[in-house]
Amino acid sequence: MKLANGNYIRPTARFSWWLRHQRYWRYMMRELSSLFIGIFSIMMVWGLYRLSQGEAEFTQWLHGLWNNLAGLSWLMLLFAIYHSYTWFIVTPKALPLKISGKRVADIFIVAAHLLLWLICSVVVWIAFVYGGGA
Amino acid sequence: MTIEDTYPPAAQKVVRHIEFEILRYDPEQDDAPYIKSYQVPCQEEWVILDAINYIKDNLDRTLSYRWSCHMAVCGSCGMMVNGEPTLSCHAFIREMPDKIRIEPLENFPVARDLIVDMDSFVEKLTSVKPYIINAAEPRSIDEGTYTQSPSQLQDYQQYTHCINCLLCYSACPQVNLNEGFAGPAALALAHRYNMDSRDQGLSARADVVASNEGIWECSFVGACSEVCPKHVDPAAAIQQTKIAATANYFLRFLTPWKNTDKSQSKTEEGEL
Repeated sequence: MKLANGNYIRPTARFSWWLRHQRYWRYMMRELSSLFIGIFSIMMVWGLYRLSQGEAEFTQWLHGLWNNLAGLSWLMLLFAIYHSYTWFIVTPKALPLKISGKRVADIFIVAAHLLLWLICSVVVWIAFVYGGGA
Repeated sequence: MTIEDTYPPAAQKVVRHIEFEILRYDPEQDDAPYIKSYQVPCQEEWVILDAINYIKDNLDRTLSYRWSCHMAVCGSCGMMVNGEPTLSCHAFIREMPDKIRIEPLENFPVARDLIVDMDSFVEKLTSVKPYIINAAEPRSIDEGTYTQSPSQLQDYQQYTHCINCLLCYSACPQVNLNEGFAGPAALALAHRYNMDSRDQGLSARADVVASNEGIWECSFVGACSEVCPKHVDPAAAIQQTKIAATANYFLRFLTPWKNTDKSQSKTEEGEL
């Protein structure tokens, strides 16, 4: 589009811009992962509701979930891992840490978060498998 | 030993013929830009800018573009190189394919050939007041200079490296989708002054910085930081500003009796 002052505005891809470069695609996948995190949160609330009704109801719900929505669950896990990973690797950008006046290297902040995430995941997994759960 | 031994004629050092597809636009003649091809005999150590200078000197004198320092300091020669926002003096030919598409920086109107109209950026930059705002009386000579510890310098130093080359504006999808967005470089510079222990302009900048057209328009794509030739990391600056603005906002409710303007405590820390 040519403006009155002679300048030209090039047409832009308002909807497909994110397909043009890998970095935009990565970003859109990160944004998309939020959707699956959202679905997972709703499922969690639903599960808690069934738990409040009693153990039998909860077990039934859990089995129903695995029988009917196992694919979705794996997809949610995949996106949850990607979402968490992208979250932790940018943490030092948002929260730079200074110890006794010196900036801590980004790699330490990322590594500490990833390690903590791994430990928490393992603890939750052990509690779930050996803690008398389903 | 003659001068030719030390500096052999250009023709002897040609290593590769590269086809340059360059966007051309003359507002006085053209209704729309078009692409024109040039075959350039390139030398091993050339950067993109050398090849464009070769075109200007030998093939087509009408080609218009901006450049000055040839060493990634002035920030004039930013352009799209095969779709990537690039400083043309900072991109070696030897890392490029045999066909290179050169276009003016995206997300800006084309004024002529590779020159963009950057008025919108200058307006955004001035709107964040990118200079030290000192509320107190200036120090007298007897009081000495304004001192700063290495730690205080480190808080903002990387953001001072911005050369206003506009690559981040070209890379940012939010700049493309929202014309009013203040943009990466302007917000990074606002952060640079907000983090300076000598500055007390946090609230003076907040109208623009902490608004919908400021930091909250950013969705942390991170493209600005990836293309930045000076490692300013505008994405980091904007995320830190978001956190500071949010904390400030809630602290106001929690401690209404206090002035939560961060600059108040900063000046005390500055007395070293």
